[in-house]
Amino acid sequence: MTSAPILSTSHLLGIEHLSVAEITGLLDLAETYAVLNRAQNKKTDVLKGRTLINMFFESSTRTQSSFELAGKRLGADVMNMSVKTSSVSKGETLIDTATTLNAMRPDILVVRHQDSGAAELLARKLDCCVVNAGDGSHEHPTQALLDALTIRRRGRAFEGLIVAICGDVAHSRVARSNIHLLLKMGARVRLVAPRTLLPADADRFGCEIHHDMKSGLAGADIVMMLRLQLERMSGAFVPSTREYFHFYGLDHKKLAYAKPGALVMHPGPMNRGVEIDSAVADDIEVSLIQEQVEMGVAIRMAVLDALARGLASGGRNAP
Amino acid sequence: MSSIAFRNARLIDPASGLDAKGGLLVEDGTIKDAGPHLAGSGEAAEIVDCKGLVLAPGLIDARVFTGEPGTEYRETLASASQAAAAGGVTTMVVMPNTDPVIDEPSLVDFIKRRAGATAVVNVAPMAALTKGLRGETMTEIGLLQEAGAVAFTDGDRTIANARVLRRALAYANSFSALIVGHAEDPDLSDGASATEGEFAMRLGLPAAPSAAEAIIVERDIRLVEMTGARYHFGQISTRASLDIIADAKQRGLPVTCGVSAHHLALNELDVGSYYTFRKVKPPLRSEADRAAMVEGVASGIIDIIVSSHDPQGADTKRQPYAAAAFGAVGLETLLPVALGLVHDGRATLSHVLATLTTMPAKIFGLAGGTLAKGTPADLVLIDPDAPFTVNADALSSLARNTPFEGRNFHGRAVATYVGGVRVFER
Repeated sequence: MTSAPILSTSHLLGIEHLSVAEITGLLDLAETYAVLNRAQNKKTDVLKGRTLINMFFESSTRTQSSFELAGKRLGADVMNMSVKTSSVSKGETLIDTATTLNAMRPDILVVRHQDSGAAELLARKLDCCVVNAGDGSHEHPTQALLDALTIRRRGRAFEGLIVAICGDVAHSRVARSNIHLLLKMGARVRLVAPRTLLPADADRFGCEIHHDMKSGLAGADIVMMLRLQLERMSGAFVPSTREYFHFYGLDHKKLAYAKPGALVMHPGPMNRGVEIDSAVADDIEVSLIQEQVEMGVAIRMAVLDALARGLASGGRNAP
Repeated sequence: MSSIAFRNARLIDPASGLDAKGGLLVEDGTIKDAGPHLAGSGEAAEIVDCKGLVLAPGLIDARVFTGEPGTEYRETLASASQAAAAGGVTTMVVMPNTDPVIDEPSLVDFIKRRAGATAVVNVAPMAALTKGLRGETMTEIGLLQEAGAVAFTDGDRTIANARVLRRALAYANSFSALIVGHAEDPDLSDGASATEGEFAMRLGLPAAPSAAEAIIVERDIRLVEMTGARYHFGQISTRASLDIIADAKQRGLPVTCGVSAHHLALNELDVGSYYTFRKVKPPLRSEADRAAMVEGVASGIIDIIVSSHDPQGADTKRQPYAAAAFGAVGLETLLPVALGLVHDGRATLSHVLATLTTMPAKIFGLAGGTLAKGTPADLVLIDPDAPFTVNADALSSLARNTPFEGRNFHGRAVATYVGGVRVFER
């Protein structure tokens, strides 16, 4: 395995400022980890002696465990800190908490926070590598990378690929990161949602905007469903769950609008019967959902590896 | 008898339209005489050679937040006054949203006495329009006015209930009291920290549409039409608001408005990567709206420029953007930002100074803002071309949350006099 640098920065805060070469480099590296992850011995020593801290201010099962497993398979010491056991609830500021953890000399800090820009703030204040595992409605870069890896491994080229991103784009960091990545890679991106779930000026991203599934899915290669948060279902953004499902929930009937052989993705956790019908979600012919989870570990290994290559040998970044 | 003779100055008095070489004589804290005939003469105990710099009425900043009483760690009347003096501001109109809220006569009295004892510039207190700024019941407008409140405002809160505001306006009009409003629809802007649009979308920030301002401007003007009250929009920030106010003025309604210096000099893109020192209320707008504000000052539809000086501690700003406090200090950058309009050829120096002196004096019924004989000798000596770079550590404010750190300006105050006493000299 080569150890040439892949990333030009010492943090992974978002997709927006990554180059195509950086994205491709990460995907290529992740391919090798995808192979390793299917082997009997899944461990390497790329991060041997390194410390990885997962700092999650929002609860997450899959992302946190995915980073944890990625760190462990690379040989790092991994510590998980979640908000419920932290002193954040005692009024300590985000920066104080992070500075305290930083003093324990981790090499890489993985952070998820409910506020947009939180990861960037920490990256400015700390001297370890920061990985954004989701900040507010801003970005969730490893999700977009794992989605891209999943698509690529199905033999689909990005150039000209039509991807329909459906649902709560307005509040979704997954959508933003995916939009940036897919457009950079040459795909065509459609956003499909009622107007209350689309950000103002969404078309300025360079996406096509659709308000009904029939036109939005027509000819699509990939249908990417987004999770609709429970608190947004009952009148605030859409009138009811059943109305939402009727018009925007993905079932086989709506999927038939897409290109034959179109594949379905969802970042999880799913609301079955709200944005996606179980019959679609569990259809192994079309659903990539389990594969997304598998590729998540490979992508996070690639990201951690790439960041570690930038660390000064034997220690952390120079302060 | 103390006296000062200013010689060799470029006198600018927007009130009379004077812009000429001349001199000014101060006796016992008041202006004794001013004009071209005093250019090189005038006997006095102290002679000040102005070396051709601009001598103008001291600036009146009609929108200043301090932390006194209640949050003195942010800013006291004394520290704000030092910042004011350094910015050429001789009168600060201070906001009532302190802790406690200035909503009863004894508290207005407190501000006046405290300012008299500790501040080096004049302090004109505003009182709350509704008790506790809760937007429910009006304050004792008559008694507060007698105690010395120059205007009534709920600070940076919009009164959501139109019925409450209507009655307060009608009652205030019985006392010819001035109401200062904040225009931001509280529901549309709830939780928002940016202006809705492409930039806020990219940053993933909770955002409110810019129409949240115009909706309230429109509503409040209808209420002014019904009640006849004198109404001043503390700060506007969008073209839509400007157009509505232009129309209201056209119809002869007693409406005026101000703009904050940061809305003249910055747009939403200046938030960059979550730069919380530029998180202000209302949020920074699009470049088109910023340009409209400059246009509004030039055309006179915007009557005054204010600093919206709002000191915040470092801990409330070192937060993720949505969680960070609103507000920016501005007393010391008010004049440099305003002079930018002159350097850009958008307005004359006399016109820009009018928005900082004569106009606020007129709207708020204050004594200064002119070089007329017999008025208080509140003066500022300005070098309109001096280049400098803003350095937060060199500010006189207790708080350092300037949105202009590292920015280059041309022109600032070099000396400030309040009642004939020099309170600042660079």
